[in-house]
Amino acid sequence: MMRWILFAVGRFAVGVSLAALAAATAGAAEFRVGLVLDRGGKDDKSFNSSAFLGATEAKTKLGIALKVVEAPDDNAFEPMIRGMAEKRFDLIIGIGFAQQEVIQKVALQFPDRHFAIVDARVAEPNVRSLVFAEHEGAFVVGAIAAWSSPGGKVGFVGGMDVPLIHRFALAYEAGAKHANPRAVVTTSFVGLTSAAWNNPPRAHELAVSQYDSGVEVIFAAAGASGLGVFDAAEEKKKLVIGVDANQDGLKPGRVLTSMLKRVDQAVYASIAEAQAGRFAGGVREFGLANQGVDYSTDQYNAQVLPAALRQRADALKAEILAGRVQVPDYYQRKP
Amino acid sequence: MTNRLQPIFAVAVGLALGLVVTALAGENPLHVLAVLARGAFGTRYGLGLTLAYATPLVFTGLSVAVAFRAGLFNVGAEGQLTMGALAAAAVGAVWPGWGAPGAWLAAGTAAVAAGMAWGAVPGVLRAWRGSHEVINTIMLNFIAAGLANYVTMYVLRNPASQNPETRPVGPGYMLAPWAWFAGAPVGWGLPLAIGVAVAVGWWLERSVTGLELRALGENEPAARAAGINAGRVRVLAFALAGGLAGLVAVPEVLGNTGRFRPAFSAQYGFLGIAVALLGRNRPGGILAAALLFGALQKGATDLDMETDHVTRELALVFQALIILAVAAEGAWEMVFRRRARPC
Repeated sequence: MMRWILFAVGRFAVGVSLAALAAATAGAAEFRVGLVLDRGGKDDKSFNSSAFLGATEAKTKLGIALKVVEAPDDNAFEPMIRGMAEKRFDLIIGIGFAQQEVIQKVALQFPDRHFAIVDARVAEPNVRSLVFAEHEGAFVVGAIAAWSSPGGKVGFVGGMDVPLIHRFALAYEAGAKHANPRAVVTTSFVGLTSAAWNNPPRAHELAVSQYDSGVEVIFAAAGASGLGVFDAAEEKKKLVIGVDANQDGLKPGRVLTSMLKRVDQAVYASIAEAQAGRFAGGVREFGLANQGVDYSTDQYNAQVLPAALRQRADALKAEILAGRVQVPDYYQRKP
Repeated sequence: MTNRLQPIFAVAVGLALGLVVTALAGENPLHVLAVLARGAFGTRYGLGLTLAYATPLVFTGLSVAVAFRAGLFNVGAEGQLTMGALAAAAVGAVWPGWGAPGAWLAAGTAAVAAGMAWGAVPGVLRAWRGSHEVINTIMLNFIAAGLANYVTMYVLRNPASQNPETRPVGPGYMLAPWAWFAGAPVGWGLPLAIGVAVAVGWWLERSVTGLELRALGENEPAARAAGINAGRVRVLAFALAGGLAGLVAVPEVLGNTGRFRPAFSAQYGFLGIAVALLGRNRPGGILAAALLFGALQKGATDLDMETDHVTRELALVFQALIILAVAAEGAWEMVFRRRARPC
C-alpha cells in the first residue's frame, strides 16, 4: 500500500521536474484582462454573452490580452480569481453576484490589483462595482408586453430564485399593470441553485405550460435557460421578450423586444479606462438615464413592435426619467 | 505486472492519451503537463487547493469502497454527503453560540448521523425488500437535493446573501485553515480523512464485522452458510458508507464555507466512484487516487488560464481517460498474460 502511494507521488515528482524544464518564460508587457463568467457560460446569448462581447471588443479595439474562464461549480470562483491575481492580471472582472464574496476577499488580499464586478457592490478601493437599474428596464418591457397582449395575460420566467431576479419580476408586473390595470402576470422560476442559469429544458417546460394557460408574451430573465423559452415561443407561435443582450434575432418575428442590460458597455468602458491608467473604484450605476438599461428595436422586431408601440414605450421612458411614473424596486421594498 | 502496479500503469496510459488529445488540440503536451504539475503542486496555495479537493474525495471514495467490499454499489454518496453537510450546517446555524470542542463534535456527529441515516435506507430496502440499491441510491440523491434546497430556501435561509445558502454557523464551529497553505482551505479535515482511511482499512481487514462484510461481498452463499446474517451486514455496510460520505461536511462546511450551499459539491459523490475504482477499494489506493483527482481538478483551472486551446473540460477528458484505462482492467491482464507467457 505504501509503495503504491510513493509510486504515485514519484510519478508526479517526475511531472514537476519536466515542468521545470518546459517552463517557458513568456514576457509580455500588454494589458492583461481576466474575465470570470457566471454559470450560464459565454454562449448563453444573454448576460454572459454580453460581458464576453464587451471584453472581446476591447481585445480587438484596444489590443489587450484577454483570458476568459467559466466556473464549473460555485466553489471554483475563488481559485480562479485568486489564480488570476497571483498571475498578475491587470484587471479581473467577475460577472455576476455569485462572485461578490470572493472578489471582496481576494481584493483585500491583493490591494495592488484592480477588480470589477457586475451586479454586486463591493466596497473596496480597488474594486469597481458595475450595477444596473434592472427594474427600470423591466417596467418598460412589462408595459410593452401588456400592450401586445390582447387578453392581458403575460408571463415571466426567471432563472435563479434570487432577489436580483425578483427585482426584474416585480417591476415587470408593475409595468404590465401600469399599461393595463387588468393584466394578469404569471411568474415562474427555473430553480434555486446557480444551475438554473443553464437549464433550457426546464425553462422550456415552464414556458410551454404558461403559453398553454393563455399567456401571450413571456419575459425570459434566465440566462442560458431563456433559450428554452425562445423555443417554446416558436413552437406555440407566441411572443417572447429577451434579456440582457439583444436577442431579437434569435427567433425573428417571435421576439417582441429585448430588455437590454448593457453589460458589454460596462465591461468595455471599465477595461478601456483601466488600460488608460484611469481605473477608479466605487460604484457605477447604469439605468435608463444613461442607456445602460433599455429596450431593443431593430429590423427583427420591427413587425411585432410597430412604430406606435415604440412611441408609447419611449413616452413611458420619458415619464419614468421625469419621475412622473414610479418604478417599484425590489431592493428598496418595505419588508 | 503485479496487481498493485496495474492502476499506476492505467494512470500512465490515461495521462498519455490525454496528452495526445492536447497535442491534437494544438498545445505542446509538455507545456500542458508543466502547467498541470505547477498548478497542482507548485505553490503552497496550489498544493493546498489540491489537498482541499482531495479531502472530500477520500471520504466519498471510502464510502463507495466500503459498499463495494460488501458487494453493494453505492451511487448515493452525493445524497449522503448532501445530508451530512446540511445537518452540520443546520446544527451550527440553529445553535450558533456553542464553543469549540463541543461544537465540532456536535456538528460532526450530526453529519455522520445524517449520512448514516440516509445511507441506511437503501441498505434496509435491499436487505428486506430486495430492491436494487443502484436505483434506490440514485433516487435518494434527488430527494436529498430537493430536501436540502427546501431547508436552505425556507427554513435556514441566510437573508444577507443573494445566493441560496443557510445562515452561517457560529464561530465556535469553524476549523481554521492552516496558515502554511496561504489561504487554501486545508485544515484538520485532511488528517481526519487520512485517519479515517486508516481506521476503515483496519476495520475491514482486522475486525469480525469487517470480515463478515468482505465475506458477503466475495461469496454470498458461502457467507450465508457460515452463518452470516446477510441483511444485517448490508444495512451496516450502507449505513457506514453513508456516514463516511457525511464526513465531507467536516472539510467543506466546518473547514471552509461555514454554511450549506445547494451546489457546493463538485460532484464529489460521483467522483468517489472513480476514486474507489482507481484505488481498488483499498484505503491506501483511495488516498493516492483522491490526490490524483484533486491535482487534476486544481491543475485544470490553471490550464484554463494559461493555455490558449485547452479549457478545463480537458481535465475532465483526462479524468475520463484515466477511468477508462482503469476500467479496461481485463484488457491489460490479457496484454500482460500474453507477454508473460513463455514462448
